[in-house]
This record gives sequence, C-alpha cells and structure tokens, in this order.
Amino acid sequence: MLGVISCMKTGRKSELPNAELALEDPEVRLRNSALAARGITKAFPGVVANDRVDFEVLKGEVHALLGENGSGKTTLCKILTGFHQPDEGQIYANGKPTRFPTPASAFEAGIFMVHQNFSLVGPLSVAENVVLGWTQTRNWRFDKRKVEEQVFAAAKKFDMSIDPRATVSTLSVGEKQKVELLKALYRGAKTLILDEPTTVLTPQEAKQLFASLRRMAEEGEAVIFISHKLDEVSEVCDHVSVLNQGRPAGMANLREQRVDAQSLAKLMVGRDIHLRRKETTGLKPDAGIVLEIRNLNSVDSNGSAKLKNISLTVREGEILGIAGIAGNGQRAFAEAIAGLHLYGGGEIRVKGAALSSGNVRRSIEAGVAYVPQDRLGTGLAPGMTISENISLKSYRSVTHSVGPILRKKAIRDDTCRLLAEFDIKGQESSLVRQLSGGNAQKVLLARELTSDPNLIVVATPTRGLDVSATETVRDLLAQAAVRGAAIVLISEDLGEILDLADRIAVICAGEIQGIVDAEGAEIDAIGMMMLGKGSKENDSAAA
Amino acid sequence: MNDLLVVTLLASGILYGTPLIIAGIGELLAERSGVLNLSVEGIMLMGAATAFWTSQSITEGPSWLALTAAILVGAFVGILVALILTFSVITMRANQVVSGLALLIFCGPLGLSNYLGTVGNLASSTGQHRLPKLDLFGLGDLAVVGPLIFNQDVLVYFSWILTIGAGFYLTKTRAGLHLRAVGEEPNAADAMGVNVVAYRYFHTLLGGALAGVAGAYYSLSISVNWVNNITAGAGWIAIALVILAFWRPLFVVIGAYLFGVVTSLGFTLQALGFKLPAELFSSLPYLLTLFAVILASGRLSKFNLKAPAALGLPFRR
Repeated sequence: MLGVISCMKTGRKSELPNAELALEDPEVRLRNSALAARGITKAFPGVVANDRVDFEVLKGEVHALLGENGSGKTTLCKILTGFHQPDEGQIYANGKPTRFPTPASAFEAGIFMVHQNFSLVGPLSVAENVVLGWTQTRNWRFDKRKVEEQVFAAAKKFDMSIDPRATVSTLSVGEKQKVELLKALYRGAKTLILDEPTTVLTPQEAKQLFASLRRMAEEGEAVIFISHKLDEVSEVCDHVSVLNQGRPAGMANLREQRVDAQSLAKLMVGRDIHLRRKETTGLKPDAGIVLEIRNLNSVDSNGSAKLKNISLTVREGEILGIAGIAGNGQRAFAEAIAGLHLYGGGEIRVKGAALSSGNVRRSIEAGVAYVPQDRLGTGLAPGMTISENISLKSYRSVTHSVGPILRKKAIRDDTCRLLAEFDIKGQESSLVRQLSGGNAQKVLLARELTSDPNLIVVATPTRGLDVSATETVRDLLAQAAVRGAAIVLISEDLGEILDLADRIAVICAGEIQGIVDAEGAEIDAIGMMMLGKGSKENDSAAA
Repeated sequence: MNDLLVVTLLASGILYGTPLIIAGIGELLAERSGVLNLSVEGIMLMGAATAFWTSQSITEGPSWLALTAAILVGAFVGILVALILTFSVITMRANQVVSGLALLIFCGPLGLSNYLGTVGNLASSTGQHRLPKLDLFGLGDLAVVGPLIFNQDVLVYFSWILTIGAGFYLTKTRAGLHLRAVGEEPNAADAMGVNVVAYRYFHTLLGGALAGVAGAYYSLSISVNWVNNITAGAGWIAIALVILAFWRPLFVVIGAYLFGVVTSLGFTLQALGFKLPAELFSSLPYLLTLFAVILASGRLSKFNLKAPAALGLPFRR
C-alpha cells in the first residue's frame, strides 16, 4: 500500500509500475483481500481437486476464476464457502485466518455463492426463497406479508424489478438468477461467488448481470466470477486467476494488461487453441438443398403448440444455427427430424425423401444423424460398453451382423479404429458411464459421423465440455460440413452459434422468429428475437 | 335426538378417524421433509402393543396416570422404531421403500408386535383402563354437537390441536418454511444454511412418535384389549390419506373422518339389524382408498398440489 500512496503523491507516471508491483505482491494482496486461500489442498477418492492453491479476491474487484472442467474451480469455491473442508491450507476472510465449518458460517462472514444450477426451491415464492435459512429479523414466526414487503424493499434498493409473490418455478432463467442475486444482497453479502452465471442467459440478461456486478464492485464488494467464456472474462473482470488440473496456472491484472480471449485460453490449457471456425467453409453457392421443412406444426398433450409453422431449408455444407432460450421447442424440433417426435402437420424432406412422423428408422435411412442434448440418456446407453454403443446404429448392416447374430470381432475392430481416429481416451470395453463428458461426446459423434450422414442434427454439442474437448467437437462438425453434410446446430450458447453457423434461425415459443446471416449479425437483435420481441415480418421477408 | 343414526355414525366416524389423523399428520410431516415412511402400520402395532402392556401393568394409582404412561410409552416406542428407519434412509441413504417395508414386516402382525402380545400374554384379558370421555364445559348433552364435539376423549382433542398446529407450523413459522424447502429441494435448502439431515431426522421421528400414539389409541380407546393385527391396515390408510390430502393437514382431517364413517358403517348397520355381509363393509375403507388414490393421481394433479419433489430421495451434499 505504501508504494501506491507514494505514487499518488508524486503523481509521476514512471512510478506506476512500482506501485502495481507492490499491489501484486501476494502478501499485500492477502492483507487487502476480502477472501483468500493459501495452500489449499483437497483430495477426493482418486483425484486431487485442489493442490496447494493460493487465491485471493480484493474488495471492489471482479475476479475471474478460469479453468477447464475438472480443474478444481468449483471445489475451491465450495471450500471458500464452507461446503467442503480443505485437507490442508488456510482460508482468510478480510485478511484474517478463519474457518467455515458449514455454509451458514460463511454467510455470517458475508460470503455468498450462486451455484451453477441455482439453489432455488421451485414451488415456493420469490420472497420465501429469499428469506430461506435467514431473515433480517431473527424471529421464529414467518409472516408472509411482512417478508414480502422486506424483499420488495430490498429489490427496489438494488434496482431489481421482481415480484416477491411470484412462484419461482414459473420464472425465466434470467429472473431466477435475479432471485439468487437478491438472496445474496438481502443477506448483506460482501463477497459474492458466481459459478458460470451466464451459460443460460440471453445477451441482454448477461449485460444486466454484468452491470449489477460492476455496481457491486464499485460499492466495495468483492465478486468471484467462474466462467469458461473467455470473452466475458476479459470484458467484465478486473483480475483473473487460472487453475489447471487443481494447480494455480497463472494470473493477470486485466486493468493493466490487455489480455484477449486467445491468451486466456492458452493460460488455461497450456497451448494455443483455435475456437473459431476455420475460414474455409464447405458452403458452395450452387450447393443442393439437403433439409427442407415446410409448415412443421406440433402440439403437446395439453393441446398447446410446441412447434408453430416452421419452414426452413439447409443446404449441403451449410451450418444452420438454431438460437433460443432453453425449452422453446428446440427438443421437439430436433426430435421431429430424428423421428423421435410425433408431429401434427407439415413436411420434412431430406434430399428429397419425405420422412414420416415418429419413424426413427426412416430418418436413419435418409441419412439423418442425431446428437441429442442429453448424451447419456437419448444419445448413449451409459451402462453399456463403447463398442456396444458404437454399434447401436449399425448393427443391422452386413458388416456387423449375420442375421440375428452380431459379428463381435468386426464391431470391436471398428470401434478400436474409431477410438484412435477420434482420439477417445478409453477401451472399447470400457463402460460409457465411466468416460468424461468430452470423451462420451466424442463416442457419440464417432457413431453418428462415421455413417457419413447427409444431415447432422446436434443439440448443445459442447455443453459441459472443457476447452480442448470443445475445440475438437467444433472441428469435427466443421469438417463434416466441409465434406458436404448439412448441419443443424441447436445451442443455447449464442457465442458458439456465431462462431460456427452460416445462418442463424432464432426460435422462441416453438416459432422461428427470424433467420439471419451469421456474418454481420447483430447480437442485440438476436437477443430480442430470443425473447420473442423481434419483428417477425421483416426477418421472414429477409429470409 | 342424539340417538339418531347420523349422530351415531359421525360419533364412531370420529372414533375411528382419530388414529388416522394422528398417524396421518405424523406421516405428513415426515413426507414434507422428504422421507416416505411406509412402516407406519408396523409402528402403530408396536405402539398399540406396548401401550396396552403398560396400561395393564400399572394396577395401582389413578387411571389417568396409567393411561398417560401408556400413551407416552407408545410414543417413545414409535420414536425408537422410527430411529431404525431414519438411520437407514437418512444416514445410510438406503432405499426408502425397501427400508420401510422391511421395518413394517419386522414390526407387523407376523413380527415383533405379535411377539410382544404373546410374551406379555396381552390377549388373555380385557383392558383395565379406557380413555375417559371428557364432558367439556358440561355441554355433552347438547343436541348433536354435544356428543360429537364436547364429549370426546383427550386424544380426539389432541388430534384437533395437532392438525391446527401442523397447519400453522407449515405456513406461519420459519421452521415450517425450512421444512417445505427441505422436502422440495434439499440441496437448495442446504446451500441456504438449513440443516437438512436434522430436519429429516426430527420430523420422521416425530412422525414415528405420532404413529405410536395412534396405535395406542386402538388399545386404549377403540378396543381396550389386544388382538394381533389390531390396527388392521389403518397405517396404510393413513399413508393414503396423506396423498389424498395433497400433503395439507386440514384435508387429512376431512379424509380421516370420511374413512372413519365408512369403517364404522358396517358395525353400525349390523347393530341396527341390517343383514348384509360383514366382509363387504370391512372392505369398504380399502376400496375407498384405492378409488381416492386413483382420483387424486389423475385429474387433480394438474393443480399445484404435488408431492414434495424430493420425497423418497436420499440427500447428498
């Protein structure tokens, strides 16, 4: 701190580096920290999640914690909030050594964590959720009216518009996130930890969130921001710490250094990463139409529409991104093409051949490959081996069976070849359940892509995958497009769609709100369409 | 006027409904915490046997003392039996259905309760203590409401207070809010600093105590003797009631009295000289249960009247 003060006095620019050095000194950072860890080690059976990790977040700082899946980010944060106890090491709150035996004891110290899959009770109201476990007045009575007033006042104070009486399960994801933030603010949190908060938000919602976070930091509170969206990190965070396989792999002060997404990725993985799609797309101007959908309509069992009048085409080598907030008919749309969903009206053609509603075999024979969102449910059978899973789609072919008898050896050989080709870490006889998310996804892609499909329907293909697995999966899709397959890419991650797709169709409430070219697409416009507020007339005319 | 068939029916409906309310509210609290206790019937039998044994053993002193001791023993035994279940399903995270059924068989008419009845030679004599009717404010002779409301025994009044208390507890106290959260989203409740394991233990044990008391009601008020399988499936009806009542205490009372009336219908009509097969009437409550469960699970589930989301699921942080 002395260095900083002296530099302020002299006000000479040449002093700045020294001052910054002083601030970067671990001892100084520890003294000024809101929350810090020194030498944290935590082992779970078979894996060391944290290995002598040092970490600290200063007051008034938005601090990003970056790392691949399994790098120990979440474990570290759970230790910092009393969910786990460290095997070794020390936690510091406000620079003083402390212990958090339970989550409640971390609340007392003003530390609050917003978990990735929220900690909300759906059937309860917003107000009830906010006061759960803690109320401003320590009273055994629960006065619903009074609590609603308190929560309303708190929301107003932090400029959040939210109805305290609304049932949480009826809220959108963005609103649920607001409830989580409100919980933290209501409790007077001084340090806020957010575990991948933006994965499910629209761009607008994410922007609002960032504004709230910046405001909290300006008010002197500390924010820890776990993410693997690198752009976001360089945009909103002051400081970044990187974990790699449970070890601290580096940190940077983003206010001082311009660090772009590419170099952050390098810090995380330890090598250069290409997340962007290769410039050479497979799209030729005269490419033939592969997928043609006309007036696809579907209603669910309650009689409300799931899909409304969807018409679109996808050509050879083209990647069409379907953007939208989860649960807006994406699943029904994908499954209609794959033959898993019975639709009411409309027509789906693949290379001219009409598919029939709810007929999976017909779709497979037309050359449709489907990589569903729940890869361990619809996609793969987790209790079966890799080779059994690989043969699930091809067991009827002459190379893999004689009549009802499977040709085990041929299947095994094929599987071994695919394991090598797709760089899957696992034996042909290992159970799919035992694979990491990335390897399981590669098994699924291996099965779907080797049939040389005309059309590939993929849903959130990189969800939950780490940076290198994401890179591989995206490469595989791009290569398939270059080979001439048409690809329908359904994703909640707009960044992914912008990176990969040639055109973007936005779906909301089962309806295509508009189709735009990915090149030069305006994120704000897409975000509005995701919320169903786009001007449909204009876009359908443009498309 | 108080000899009218309707009054007689309602009065015996209250008599048979009371143990259903007490056991049902206990099961409701356990289920609201996320623990499905299928051994209610077994716990009731244990409560009935041990309470009767206690009341028979105390031959000196005032009757109320023996009865109080008997009820407390029933409750205590209920807690002990439920403790086996809680340890199994909460601490060891065993399957709740399997654990509940195993415990039921262990305590049931082919198990420990029958053994206690044999060892204690309970069936040999009729009971010496019966829960007395309290003539509240001397209003017991009033037309209709007299026998129904002002002339009941202490556990009937207890069941009413219990229902109102449970309703108040669930909606108007912080602990009740936490209980609901634990049954719906235990991980969220845990993240908010609620002790999920403690809540589940407490409410399942409380449910056990109440089931024990409900069992004691059979051997201290309804029959005042001991026969093997004295509760004859009432524990199962209590579990069904909780589902039918959509986990709401007040509905448990309505359902319990409906079942009570149906149960007593056979006895009452027979006493009046109707010649109808007894089997038909004794099967009525179970038929009604089946019918009501089907009704409840189908059409009505659209309203926000669902089971606690975490019911039957073990909690792991």
